[in-house]
Parts: sequence; C-alpha cells; structure tokens
Amino acid sequence: MASFPLPLQPARSFGQTHRQDRWWLQPLSVLVGLTLFVVYATWAALQGEYYTYGPYLSPFYSPELWGRSEHAWWGPVPSWWPAWLPYSPAILILWAPAGFRLTCYYYRGAYYKAFWADPPNCAVGEPRHGYIGENGWPLRIMNIHRYFLYLAILFIFILAYDALKAYRFADGFGIGVGSLVLTVNVILLAGYTFGCHSLRHLVGGRRDNLRTARWCSGLYRGCSALNRRHMLWAWISLFSVMFADLYVRLCAMGIWKDWRLL
Amino acid sequence: MPQILFRIWRGDRHGGQFRDYQVEIGEGMVVLDAIHQLQATQAPDLACRWNCKAGKCGSCAAEVNGIPRLMCMTRISDFPPDQPIIVEPMQTFPLIKDLVTDVSWNYQVKQRIAPFRPRPPDAPDGTWRMSQADIDRVQEFRKCIECFLCQDVCHVLRDHHKHEEFIGPRFFVHTAALEMHPLDTENRIAALKRDFHIGYCNITKCCTKVCPEQITITDNAIIPLKERVVDEFYDPVLKLIQLVFRPRRSSSVPAPSSSPHPQSAPTLSSASATTSAPVSPSSP
Repeated sequence: MASFPLPLQPARSFGQTHRQDRWWLQPLSVLVGLTLFVVYATWAALQGEYYTYGPYLSPFYSPELWGRSEHAWWGPVPSWWPAWLPYSPAILILWAPAGFRLTCYYYRGAYYKAFWADPPNCAVGEPRHGYIGENGWPLRIMNIHRYFLYLAILFIFILAYDALKAYRFADGFGIGVGSLVLTVNVILLAGYTFGCHSLRHLVGGRRDNLRTARWCSGLYRGCSALNRRHMLWAWISLFSVMFADLYVRLCAMGIWKDWRLL
Repeated sequence: MPQILFRIWRGDRHGGQFRDYQVEIGEGMVVLDAIHQLQATQAPDLACRWNCKAGKCGSCAAEVNGIPRLMCMTRISDFPPDQPIIVEPMQTFPLIKDLVTDVSWNYQVKQRIAPFRPRPPDAPDGTWRMSQADIDRVQEFRKCIECFLCQDVCHVLRDHHKHEEFIGPRFFVHTAALEMHPLDTENRIAALKRDFHIGYCNITKCCTKVCPEQITITDNAIIPLKERVVDEFYDPVLKLIQLVFRPRRSSSVPAPSSSPHPQSAPTLSSASATTSAPVSPSSP
C-alpha cells in the first residue's frame, strides 16, 4: 500500500505538456470573450444615457429604479445621490446579474483556467505551486451563488415584463425588431438561469427520494435538461444581453433604425 | 505496412527517459496493440498493465500525447501519421516502471469513505422498495471502471499533490453514489468538507472530459455534493427554513453510529441493482 509522502513525480512547469492539440485556444477564447463583455458592460453601464428607445429598455438598465426615462419605477434621480458622483441607473442593479455570473459554476471553471491558469487547461502545467482553491478565503465566497440565483430569477421576471412592454408602442400594439431582440434575450437568459446548478439542486437534487414529491421530480428534470447545455446557454445569453443593449443604444443614438414589422 | 514513431517513457521512480520505437501499423490498431507489438519484437522488458482490451477494466490507463486515456480505446488512426505518438505513465501516482504506476493510494482513500448504510427494511420480509426514478441518478455513477484517469488529470492531485487532503473526482463520484442513494442513511457531508476537502475542486471539468465511461462527473456528482455542503455549512437561510418548517433529514431514520456497519447490511451493488423490486439483505 502507498505510504505518505507518496514518491510522486515533480509537477510540471507552467505550460509544460505533451498535448499536441491547440490546448491554449479554449482558455484564450474564454479570456477574449469575457474581457470583451466586461469592458463593454462597464462602458455601457457608466454611460447613463441612450438606454431607452420608445418602448424598449436596455437589459443593462432594467429595472430602472430611479432615472430620467418613462421606465423609471420611482421617478427621477433621488436627491440623496451625491452630486459629485455621476449617476447611472445601471450601477444600482448590475451587481446582481454580475454576481450571478461571477459565482456560476460554469464560469468559475472557465475563468479559473483563462484568467488564473489554474490550470491553463487539462493536463497542462501551472504557474504556481501553492493552492487553496475554493477551500479557503477568498474563493470560499463562491458558495453564495444560490443567493445571487434568487435575484437572477427575479430579474428574469422583470426582463420578461420589459419584453412584453416592448410590444406596446405609442400607437398601440406592434412588433418591432427591438421587440423580438428583447424577447429572445429574456428567453436565452431564462434558459441560462433555470439551468443553474444551484437551482437544480434546490428544486429536487437535494432530495434522495424524488418520487415522494412529484413536482420536485418534474422541476428537477426540467432544470437538468437545461443544465446539460449550461455552457451554451451561458455564452449565448451573455452575448444576447450585450447585443440587446447595443441594439437599443444604437437605435436611441439614431445610428440604427428600428424596423416595425407590425 | 506503414510505420509510426512511438515515443515511450522508459524508466522507474529513480529516473528514465523517452525512447523512440518504430511500429508497423495495421488497420484498426489501438495504442495498446502497438505496445504489445513492441513487447513482442523490440522491448520485451517494457512494463504495461492491461487486462480486458475492451475499455472495461481500466488497467491500461496512461497518457497518450499528453491526455489521460485508456490505451485500448485509443485508435492510432486518430493521430497524424507524420508525428510521434507519445506514451507515458499517469503523472498523479508513484511510478513503478515504464507505463505502470502504483494506484494503491486510491484504495486507501476508498476505505476512508463511510460505506452504504440502508434504512430499516420497508417490508416485513426484510426487503426495500425503491422507485426507478430515484435510482436512475446513481446508476450513472456505477458505470465507473476505476481507471483513475479522472484522478490523473485532476490538477489538485496532479500539480498540487494534495493526496493527503483531497480524495479526487473518482471518490466524489463514489460518495455521490452513496449520498444520493434512496436507501442510504449515512451523512458524509461534514466529511466532504472537513476531511475530503471538496472545496479544492475548482470545477475545471477535466475529470469529465477524460472519463472513458462518459460519466458527467462534475455536473452530476461533484457540484451536487458541493451544493449539499452549501446546504449544511453556508446557507443560514435554508437552515432556518428547515428548522422552522420541516423535520431534519435524519429524524426518520436511526441515528448514525460511529462504529463499522453491520455485516448483514446489503452492499450498495446488491441494493441498487434490483431497482423497482424488493431488495433483500442477503441478495448477492
């Protein structure tokens, strides 16, 4: 039997591997994709303008708690907001979906590889010898994921309401390209949110006897079906939410014209 | 017949090097065939562990072109013929000789995990009733052939050598099969956190990618176990809700004992193999 310490072979140095494939392509793609999104989302969230066009409201700015547009829930910018601090409705709410994605099991695995090279990819040497992982602080905070999930589900309902409102134009019911963009966006976001590993656990996975609660069994099967493509949902919903903001923004700036289909 | 260059690790724990061999390749050959041909013609002292040649025993686990694989399931035609095929032993375990490693650490780990402990029988004849739906989830984990490729690729073991603290993906699968079993009453959640350090797993899914049985290790075993740890240690709201609205999970079953489990208890295999049917303690 093995006895400690095990006579193991020394760990390989950073990037050392005998893999012949382009193992660097996947983490590089994640790094580029996530960086692109973070840069755009930060820029868009700090603009504080061009986030509505007619019945459309950018998903980065929804819900607009206080603001200048007709979508604002509680009126204009509150008087208690510091005058020296630029106001944008997005910065009040974006922390919730950002936290949901930051603590998502899929994204964690992806950005640990892409941003920390921990590991750079499977069976590829790492740059550091010390390792704590999520076993200690600060990464133990990732266990908060399910609380962000609760907020993310709330956001899905809010964005669904926004998507419905996107069919109510000044002259009545209508369908614009923007209406479809916002509708597809909320469907993709729902696919990502309702396939969450934490939700899958909470609705049924935590039980050993699913048969005793049939509604749990049904929800668990539904979540599991979405969860099997969680990575796909994560990426397409990430880009759809970015595109939805871009669409509303370019329409509001007069660069794109919103075509009315009906 | 075409020839392909094989670059094979030769040596033991005191040292070694890659050596090149030209191997004649026939149609449909796998890497293990090439190794056997080498043993028969050029390197009779080449050490290699193998048994079934059908991807079911897990003995011939090694690293081919840097990726942990079963040699008997790796077709040579999958690789470009103009480049050498590199074959080396698993990096995560102590090397014995050439392609053979000492995987006995895994058996020590398994002994640390509390075994299956069923609830009292459901029927007067000493048998249990389970639904197929409840068993389906753990059936996936029972496909494991213990090739230990997942252990090999896991960077917590491979690069950080946390063998004394971390049990690795294979044994999270084993623990999940026990924890999610509808008859099991043992609670291994505290051990998962404190003794087996499931928090070291940072969900890179490498274990899932190399599994020759296509077990969805990360999504179906490790993450659900991590969520159960969150239930127990990191979710005060859920604990409060459980405290107020429902009895605790273990209240309907006898309290777990710290002693080894009774000899008469059925094994995990005897219970789960007979789903939707009475399970007898004496069934094989």
